[in-house]
Amino acid sequence: MNPASLQIEDVAKSYRSQSGELLALASCSIEIAPEELHVIVGPSGCGKTTLLNAVAGFQGIDGGVIRLGGETLCTPERQAEPGADRVVVFQHSTLFPWRTVLDNVTYGPVIQGRRSRAEARSLARERLSQAGLAGLEDRYPAELSSGAQRRVEIVRALVNEPRVLLLDEPFRGMDQITRDLMHEALLELYDRARPTVLFITHDIEEAVFLGSRVTAMSARPGRVKATIEVDLPRPREAGLRASARFNELLADILSLVHDEANRAFVAGDREAA
Amino acid sequence: MRRLILGLLGCGLLLGLWYLAVDVLAFGRFGSLPPLGEVLTEWTSHEPVYGTSIFTHNYYADIWVSVRRVLEAFVLAVLLGVPLGLAIGWSRRFRDFTFPVLELIRPIPILAWVPLAILMFPRGEQPVIFLTWLSAFFVMTLNTLLGVQSVDRDLVRAARSLGASPRDVLRTVIVPGALPYVTTGMKIAIGVSWFSLVAGEMVAGQSGLGYLINSSYATVRYPTIVIGMLTLGIVGFATSAAIGALAGRLAPHRTRTAAA
Repeated sequence: MNPASLQIEDVAKSYRSQSGELLALASCSIEIAPEELHVIVGPSGCGKTTLLNAVAGFQGIDGGVIRLGGETLCTPERQAEPGADRVVVFQHSTLFPWRTVLDNVTYGPVIQGRRSRAEARSLARERLSQAGLAGLEDRYPAELSSGAQRRVEIVRALVNEPRVLLLDEPFRGMDQITRDLMHEALLELYDRARPTVLFITHDIEEAVFLGSRVTAMSARPGRVKATIEVDLPRPREAGLRASARFNELLADILSLVHDEANRAFVAGDREAA
Repeated sequence: MRRLILGLLGCGLLLGLWYLAVDVLAFGRFGSLPPLGEVLTEWTSHEPVYGTSIFTHNYYADIWVSVRRVLEAFVLAVLLGVPLGLAIGWSRRFRDFTFPVLELIRPIPILAWVPLAILMFPRGEQPVIFLTWLSAFFVMTLNTLLGVQSVDRDLVRAARSLGASPRDVLRTVIVPGALPYVTTGMKIAIGVSWFSLVAGEMVAGQSGLGYLINSSYATVRYPTIVIGMLTLGIVGFATSAAIGALAGRLAPHRTRTAAA
């Protein structure tokens, strides 16, 4: 499977709440090119996770259409089925605690019947060692640091060669130092495999450092404010954070997001996931 | 080592209190209880006065009958309770259908089932095994259900997004995810099995340790009552330990997690 384009067109979604219909997403359009690392950044409650869940097939949508590689993936009439062409990495670890690292990584290829156990194992060993995780194959997830768990989980996703990799705030709650290291580790994996990536975060610095393009969203209802091209060269390294261009981009996006966040802050809306 | 010494000390204290209460103080009706010395002599006698000691055949026959009944009922409870718990936890429709029935029957104490058990099954083994099975079955079903409900929904989503079908999810996520609750259920079930076994044997049995205790009371063989009780303690402890060890083998990642 090759990295595919992802087109999100006019997607809308509302939830029923005690105070009536809550419009979570209002005609959201984002185009992601093959091999692009696209970051959606926005405050809590801007519907970014809703968008990702619709692509993953965990939720339906109420309006618009989502296309993957030009083919219709999801419409209001038809929710997508979850599948390994759109692997998700979640906010918290979803490694299977009863499986070793190696058996976690082989899970996808074996369950899909794409590879024999032996093939999957040798592939998993190779990918783990490329990611600097050699020697951890026979450990259980609970024996690893949170950073190593995250990296294993990204390797577990990439080994399926998904058409698009979906990352839902994967580094949330990590300390700054670990997070910076995780960014470099992720980019290394990205530069090697060049998958299409949809990355969701509320951290603007993270968005600029990782993204090829960054879409800023506003909250309540979730709307696309603007999509910004991040013209920083790859491979990107930690020193980039100090560069003038990096900080310029940061300021641009910050000003886009800030008005909206401020409005929601003043209105005192309850944050929704 | 220290644990062993303290444990033996605790046992010694219990025996001492018994000796004190029955032999020395003998207050109230405690004087008519079998004294410690008499029980120990009887238990280890080649020619027991009341017919039951570690050298008599019937002692082991009763132990064996009870152990066999408990194990039969326990195995049956696991074999039926685990799939039922999985089904109730997995399918909402099945849960809505069966759970009210289960919740209605579960609070009925096992002793209340005795008359029906005797009516339903021909006398002999079956009513006793039924009663023993019933209590363990509820434990296994409910614990398995709790186990299924304890599985992180995001693990299910992750598996689906890695290409697993719903059936694959049941086999590779729900079952192993529920396993710690199942093994805990097994440890509880073996305990309640003994409880209801003795109740069943006392009322509906013609053999076994519960029957031995009850019939010894009826025939005024008081030391034998205590021999039967202590034997229940030892055998119950042994089966619980065996199931505990088995459970540990079934869910090894838990112990490794705890060690990390």
